Amino acid sequence: MPDPMRIRATEQPDGVDVRVLMSHEMETGQRRDSAGAIVPAHFIQTVVVSYNGKPVLSAEWGPAVAKNPYLQFKFKGGKKGEKVSVTWVDNKGETRTDEATIG
Amino acid sequence: MHRSRREFVKAGGVLGLMVAAGLITDKQARAQQQAWNKAAFESKSLDETVKALGGSGSAQSADVVITAPDIAENGAVVPVAVASKIPNTQAIYILVEKNPNALAAGFGIPAGTEPSVATRIKMGQTSNVYAVVKADNKFYVAAKEVKVTLGGCGG
Repeated sequence: MPDPMRIRATEQPDGVDVRVLMSHEMETGQRRDSAGAIVPAHFIQTVVVSYNGKPVLSAEWGPAVAKNPYLQFKFKGGKKGEKVSVTWVDNKGETRTDEATIG
Repeated sequence: MHRSRREFVKAGGVLGLMVAAGLITDKQARAQQQAWNKAAFESKSLDETVKALGGSGSAQSADVVITAPDIAENGAVVPVAVASKIPNTQAIYILVEKNPNALAAGFGIPAGTEPSVATRIKMGQTSNVYAVVKADNKFYVAAKEVKVTLGGCGG
């Protein structure tokens, strides 16, 4: 099971600011190990951030997103005490969902 | 003998249930995975990527704002932010011209979400970084050169 994400969602005058830090290797598939064998690609492909069951951001990523990906954006309509959830799926089909309360 | 067999079967039943429960999320995961645009991520250039995303070409625009450092000491972690001032922005893409595959990330922006995202990408070498914005099914682009002193691909 991959490590949990760190999600911070804060209510601001112009919307809810969401910052997510995911824990993932983001292996490109271009690197070789010490024996010269290619390290197989392993990276997050899709991310969906939902608020009230409705997506507020969807992302498609390639292996060029940095290790332990960071994501920041803002959406309108969220209120303090409500929840946002973030789900990612990687190219091996592993997935993880975490929730945070808007503060 | 019999008893341990019984227990084994019982345990198997529970395990089966867990797998069955797991399968449901697995299916959802796979659906999400299928949304991934393989062709776009395998493209090598800006024009190719825009075509794979369903556009015919892109226009330079001052309404696309890309924020990235002039010099990135470590190509493995380059902070990039893109904001669009174009109305009806549907999606934002980040491309790196000289990476093995140009497209690094794409973001779908539903109504109500600000067309502004920030993330961190990897860069193999000094290159132009493109911010591509899709609005009203047209593509707009802005570029910024980022100098990389230490590559992030291959290490």
